[in-house]
Amino acid sequence: MAMKERLAKIREEVLEQIKTSESLERLNEVRIGALGKKGALTEILKGMKDVAAEDRPKVGQMVNEVRTELERALETEKEKLEDLARDAKLKSEVIDVTLPAVKNQVGHRHPNTIVQEEVERIFVGMGYEVVEGPEVEKDYYNFEALNTPKGHPARDEQDTFYINEDVVLRTQTSPVQVRTMEKGKLPIRMIAPGRVYRADEVDATHSPVFHQIEGLVIDKNITFADLKGTLAEFARELFGEETKVKFRPHHFPFTEPSAEVDVSCFKCGGKGCRFCKGSGWIEILGCGMVHPKVLTMSGIDPEEYSGFAFGVGLERITLLKYEIDDMRLLYENDVRFLKQF
Amino acid sequence: MNTALSWIKAYVPDLSCTDQEYCDAMTLSGTKVEGYVRTDRNLEKIVIGQIEKIAPHPDADKLIVCQVNIGAETIQIVTGAPNVKEGDKVPVVLPGGKVAGGHDGGPMPEDGIPIKAGKLRGVPSNGMMCSIEELGSSRDLYPEAPEYGIYLFPQDARVGADAVEALGLRDTVFEYEITNNRVDCYSILGIAREAAATFQKPFVPPVVTVHANGEDVNDYVSVTVEDTDLCSRYCARVCKNVRIAPSPQWMQRRLAAAGIRPINNLVDITNYVMAEYGQPMHAFNLDTVAGHQIIVRRAKDGDVFQTLDGQLRRLDSEVLMICDADKQIGIAGIMGGENSKITDDVTTVLFEAATFNGPNIRKSAKRIGMRTDASAIFEKGLDPVNAAAAIDRACQLIEELGCGEVVGGMVDVCQPIKPLTRIKFEPERINRFLGTRISTEEMLAIFKRLELSYDSVSNEIEIPSFRQDLQGFADIAEEVARFYGYDRIPTTLPSGEATTGKISFSERLEQKARDIAEYCGFSQAMTFSFESPKVFDKLLLDKDHALRCAVTISNPLGEDYSIMRTIPLNGLLTSLALNYNRRNKDVKLYELCKIYLPVSQSPADLPQERTQFVLGFYGEGNFFTMKGVVEEFLEHVGMRKRPVYDPKAGRPYLHPGRQADLVYDGKPIGYLGELHPKVAAQYDIGARTYVAVLDMPSIVEKATFDRKYEGIAKYPAVNRDISMVVPKSVLAGEIEAVLAQRGGKILERFSLFDLYEGSQIKEGFKSVAYTLTFRAKDKTLEEADVSAAMRKILNGLNQLGIELRQ
Repeated sequence: MAMKERLAKIREEVLEQIKTSESLERLNEVRIGALGKKGALTEILKGMKDVAAEDRPKVGQMVNEVRTELERALETEKEKLEDLARDAKLKSEVIDVTLPAVKNQVGHRHPNTIVQEEVERIFVGMGYEVVEGPEVEKDYYNFEALNTPKGHPARDEQDTFYINEDVVLRTQTSPVQVRTMEKGKLPIRMIAPGRVYRADEVDATHSPVFHQIEGLVIDKNITFADLKGTLAEFARELFGEETKVKFRPHHFPFTEPSAEVDVSCFKCGGKGCRFCKGSGWIEILGCGMVHPKVLTMSGIDPEEYSGFAFGVGLERITLLKYEIDDMRLLYENDVRFLKQF
Repeated sequence: MNTALSWIKAYVPDLSCTDQEYCDAMTLSGTKVEGYVRTDRNLEKIVIGQIEKIAPHPDADKLIVCQVNIGAETIQIVTGAPNVKEGDKVPVVLPGGKVAGGHDGGPMPEDGIPIKAGKLRGVPSNGMMCSIEELGSSRDLYPEAPEYGIYLFPQDARVGADAVEALGLRDTVFEYEITNNRVDCYSILGIAREAAATFQKPFVPPVVTVHANGEDVNDYVSVTVEDTDLCSRYCARVCKNVRIAPSPQWMQRRLAAAGIRPINNLVDITNYVMAEYGQPMHAFNLDTVAGHQIIVRRAKDGDVFQTLDGQLRRLDSEVLMICDADKQIGIAGIMGGENSKITDDVTTVLFEAATFNGPNIRKSAKRIGMRTDASAIFEKGLDPVNAAAAIDRACQLIEELGCGEVVGGMVDVCQPIKPLTRIKFEPERINRFLGTRISTEEMLAIFKRLELSYDSVSNEIEIPSFRQDLQGFADIAEEVARFYGYDRIPTTLPSGEATTGKISFSERLEQKARDIAEYCGFSQAMTFSFESPKVFDKLLLDKDHALRCAVTISNPLGEDYSIMRTIPLNGLLTSLALNYNRRNKDVKLYELCKIYLPVSQSPADLPQERTQFVLGFYGEGNFFTMKGVVEEFLEHVGMRKRPVYDPKAGRPYLHPGRQADLVYDGKPIGYLGELHPKVAAQYDIGARTYVAVLDMPSIVEKATFDRKYEGIAKYPAVNRDISMVVPKSVLAGEIEAVLAQRGGKILERFSLFDLYEGSQIKEGFKSVAYTLTFRAKDKTLEEADVSAAMRKILNGLNQLGIELRQ
């Protein structure tokens, strides 16, 4: 049957053309040549009117079969060619991934702030509120109310900047203790970070402006053991789980008993190294039970309430933690320094 | 404070521990040991030898060859020392031994100097005879040593014995940090008492007995204290027929270890007693005391007085003086006078041991400008009981050393001594306070060791007079804690009502400021809060500018650090300048710092402290870069209204044409701009510099972290471009104000896409073009909606003299 042969021929020719078409454009031409409005297969359908009526379904089926086959072949070839084209494109787009990065130049936090935020995080987690107090402070809050009356030798140890007889630049963050207690809201769990001032000339280990972080807890039944436990927890959080803590008796006018706290050297783990001057310990803070006189002056009954307080030198921790050997770097703000944090 | 362990052991005879054990235990019981040095460090194989024979060196004029008997044998040593002769007893370091230093007394090598057998100019030498410097000490501490040459032992020294021991150098000198509440521990006896309590060994203080002659001291001297507020006790004793001579070796050694130079028996005794009892003493030549009368009273303003160091000192009416019938003879508690000082020909000595007012001594010493060993102790406030004890101890030593004859009795002018403090003993409360379960018996045992007596009838603890620091319950609890051991107290966490950890809103805003600044490339700076008043000139402020009124420090470290800043720029500009001068490129810094603004003339009023968010940069970027950072921050703290930029701020330190005050919601909240080139030059910054300052308290008022989701637009937007010819004087901000105001709810946003000034545009005008985006939340906009809005906008623009570009 002529129709059948013609179909077979078209089929064969088109399949051959598909196989040999080397581009998507050529493949499209083949598709149009076969299946387009004027394509070979379409032509055959147009010739259906010449086919005997009883044969038409059979011929129609045959045409459709060929059409389906060709479409499938076209599709397969198209995918193949597309893959090839994509591969070629990808190949041409190879970059040198070791070329320099394009960075959004993000700035750096000051190392003091990093440590301060870390300390705040630890204590906020333990239920402490972060509070602030003035830097230009009344003598009363900085000394008197902290059991350091005029003429007390401790005043000499902290070379104080005076504005006038009654106003000083605070030498410690401890006045915030008094201001907090005076508000009369109990219990208290607070820390107060901030700037303090002492008349020390600038050198590698001294700065007339530096920072402390004060801590204060007042409640019923607060014990010295609680102070030890709290600061041990703090030290482990800040310096690592293995950190050991040593409490040595000391004296501060506004706490009794008082202690200085050493942590096991985080460089050598306590074996003794150059960093801890061979002792295995590094002094990090002073603390104690709030002196009954201080409680009384702030309107809290020491028979009913007790509490503890501590003061951490922020720069001291910063210098230790980052092994910075000169305090002046902290206030010079050379970006080559700041970028290291 | 430095003391030799041997001196402590003299009063705690059973004490036996290593240096390190002593250091650790004392530190843990509260007498902090800062460090210790062995005085026999690097002194090895050194014995006492006797020179039996000296012969000249065959080949060297300056050397001699000595045969030295070292007990077991006689060895040959060649030396160049000029001072030895046959029969002398000398320290000899044997081959294989070590000495601490060179003969010149220079810095001592870390590991000492090893000594080997060798030859000097061909003659064998089997060791070395030592000078005091080679033994690690000096003539200051061993005044009997010759200026050049070998140390010579007294003739009774035993040949072959340990020379280091004989010199008293088998010892350890401990350095203590004594806290200022423990004035009793500024003494050997105080530390020995602590050591005894720490190691639970008996404390055996010296037994003081003074024989004295049959005379009465009142026949020799009378004492009047006029200013009893400054002198609560004045004890005086007299010694006659005084013989000045060197003090014995044992006393010299102890003083030397404490860093006190031996001088003569009389001076050494007062120094010895000061070290031992913590009570400074003074000795006057009684023959120079007019009327044999001592009067204690304040000086007069403008008095001038020559102290025994020969210096003239200007006095004032708050300085307490020791006077005789005619004149001033000493500054109380600080230094004696040239006119009454002890000289070698003294025969009758007046000893003074007094209790002066601590704060007064401290202030006087400061004003006069001489802080002496004595004043440093007096200023802590002494125990009046100790004064009498110390003066008796001194008299005892006078007798024991054969230094003179003590006259009977003591003149004692004394204010009533405070009765001993008694503190209620509350063992349960102590345990509750410490978080411990220490038995009552253990507490009482601790008190006993500390010489605190317990009165079981009144249930009170009686505090001895030397423990002025013990005043109440907490002090007693500390004594228990110290000797129970801080390390044995358990560790717990506070119980009780739970509290919420909080960071204040303003602190959260500051954290956000840090985050945004850093995302935008700025690194955080920290600068001093005080600066020089010259800063105002540098920043070109008018002479009468309000910001020149600053909080002034009355005792600054210098003018450069004398005022509290009222403008936050100087610190950051100084830091930018430092970076610029170090050739760091494209530097962006920010700081969150305070300014301190006086609020009134009243000195008692504290200034207002306002936190400022300051940004500054030079290098890549311009005014609009800085503006972007500011707006980024405002957006992130919930300040989403359009800020207004007022270009007429007129801040003298900024470029007159490139600055703006930032107004938000009708309120100024900060400013930004390019630094005035004159100011940049003052700071030595050779690049255009941009700064921004935000007043954080103003931000706190307007900021919020509350957010509401507004939905995402569902209906399509309609865009309209308008291209305008605008008079040059009209600011973009004014155009935008019209757009925002007149565009109505459907104007979603607008953005500038073209700005042109030049020949295409008529003189005095510029071309400005915006894309306007309209969108409704509830429907697709129709042409009529948009046209109506556009008409309103164009009318508004016309009023600014703006035309649409043809």
